[in-house]
Amino acid sequence: MLQPVCPLSEIPPGEAYRWETDPPVAIFHTEDGEVFAIDDTCTHQDASLADGWLEGCEVECPLHASRFDLRTGRVDAPPAKLPVRAHRVEVADGVVHVELSKEPPNLPPGAKP
Amino acid sequence: MAVVCVEKVAIVGASLAGLAAVRALRRQSFAGEIVVVGAEPHRPYDRPPLSKDFLTGAVTTAGLALSPDDEDLGADWRLGVTATGFDPRTRSVRLDTGEVLRADGVVIATGARARPIEHVGVHTLRTLDDAIVLREALRQTGRLVVIGAGFIGAEVASSARKLGWDVTVVESLSTPLSGQLGTEMGEIVSRLHGDHGVRLLTGVPVSGLTGTDRIEAVQLADGARIEADLVVAGIGAIPNVEWLAEAGGLAAVTSVPGVVATGDVTGSQHWTFAVEHPATAVASLLGADPPVARAPYFWSDQYGVMIQFAGHRQPGDTVRIVEGDPEQRRFLAVYERDGQPSAVLGLNQPKLFTRWRRQLRSVPQEA
Ligand SMILES: Cc1cc2nc3c(=O)[nH]c(=O)nc-3n(C[C@H](O)[C@H](O)[C@H](O)COP(=O)(O)OP(=O)(O)OC[C@H]3O[C@@H](n4cnc5c(N)ncnc54)[C@H](O)[C@@H]3O)c2cc1C
Ligand code: FES
Repeated sequence: MLQPVCPLSEIPPGEAYRWETDPPVAIFHTEDGEVFAIDDTCTHQDASLADGWLEGCEVECPLHASRFDLRTGRVDAPPAKLPVRAHRVEVADGVVHVELSKEPPNLPPGAKP
Repeated sequence: MAVVCVEKVAIVGASLAGLAAVRALRRQSFAGEIVVVGAEPHRPYDRPPLSKDFLTGAVTTAGLALSPDDEDLGADWRLGVTATGFDPRTRSVRLDTGEVLRADGVVIATGARARPIEHVGVHTLRTLDDAIVLREALRQTGRLVVIGAGFIGAEVASSARKLGWDVTVVESLSTPLSGQLGTEMGEIVSRLHGDHGVRLLTGVPVSGLTGTDRIEAVQLADGARIEADLVVAGIGAIPNVEWLAEAGGLAAVTSVPGVVATGDVTGSQHWTFAVEHPATAVASLLGADPPVARAPYFWSDQYGVMIQFAGHRQPGDTVRIVEGDPEQRRFLAVYERDGQPSAVLGLNQPKLFTRWRRQLRSVPQEA
């Protein structure tokens, strides 16, 4: 089910928006104008990927060096070892809609469930 | 300088930098033979949690692994094997097995070890084995004295406090962390100890330790005596370069083509350098273009506060708070030299910190 999240105009290109659903989801608007949604919480520790370093189609965790692919959620190298979930995104009438993945999230040890 | 034809690379040191060197070689399309020699019996594991979540039990040994089980880098891992000598001219590494390993390129990634204090009941923390022993010793509670208020000492104090220990940190400098953060910020960050009920004694060196079959107390130069059931020393690291001594030391061997060094053995003490710099070291072995280097970055985790620092701070740089409030232990501080940002420090400010860190990259840095 697609859910409306926020107007795309609220996320400038190169920036991210943290959607406070449970668990939170990070929505990225890349410099190239694409929009992606992945789980916001890093799978290594409790860090918000929306706070991370966005470069192309990857975000580097703000704490340690793991990078997640925005298209697939895959992680390139430890310390994080598990992927985040990637969610389907559609932009309709200037509003970002997200369909949450049905897979279980890979939350880090100690993160609020 | 590039070696004409590199078919075999030997990496000495099988930890963070050694593993990053293997990955970088493969990523830079090196298809030849790779042999990795590591003194520890363990596969590469992550050290930063050893003073933090590993001590408190939140992370297990399995959680420290740096290489996923299914990662196949096509390298020959010689674990539990120590390099004892080196001939840079022939690029031959002598091993404690009696074998001599000859390669076209050699990556020196032997890291560093904890500076020891030899006394019963005094722990240091560098390896997984150290951490397992310390975690065991922390199972009961009692009085812990940490010698040295650097990052590792402060993190051990924070973890032990969380486990219910009565903790005192002693530091011979008058301001902890002033070498890395400057006096002003070192003072603010070290207030975290007091916030969490840990005593911090600064400006007085340790003059002795008492206790014969068990530790009893730490003696300070001003005559004070601090009773202790356990002592942890976090007083710095010593690069593992003794195996290079007969070849003239680290600087001499790395001036030879086909020999490079990376990670903590170079004197750096930061995780991110040990992850990123091997790609540069390996590129010079292969004669490839080095990747763009980013400003140095490290973090520390104390009492639930995420401390992040990036850049090249120098004595004399000015520092100002640009966001947040030091009293809340949540702020961003920027260091400046000649009106240009030189470094940035964040406490619980990951988003803003990352933004500033990115900007530092575009500022020309002298090495
Ligand atoms: C407790 C602790 C907490 C830390 N926390 C942080 C943190 O929060 N943030 C941060 O930025 N950094 C942190 N660090 C620093 C970070 O872990 C190091 O920068 C990093 O481990 C360096 O990697 P390295 O591979 O260069 O060296 P090392 O990790 O020291 O590895 C070197 C390896 O080489 C092996 N070796 C040595 N001599 C020989 C020989 N002659 N022959 C064969 N093998 C040999 C050693 O046994 C070792 O396995 C921490 C370090 C410790 C110990
Ligand atoms: S918290 Fe994301 S890599 Fe460590």
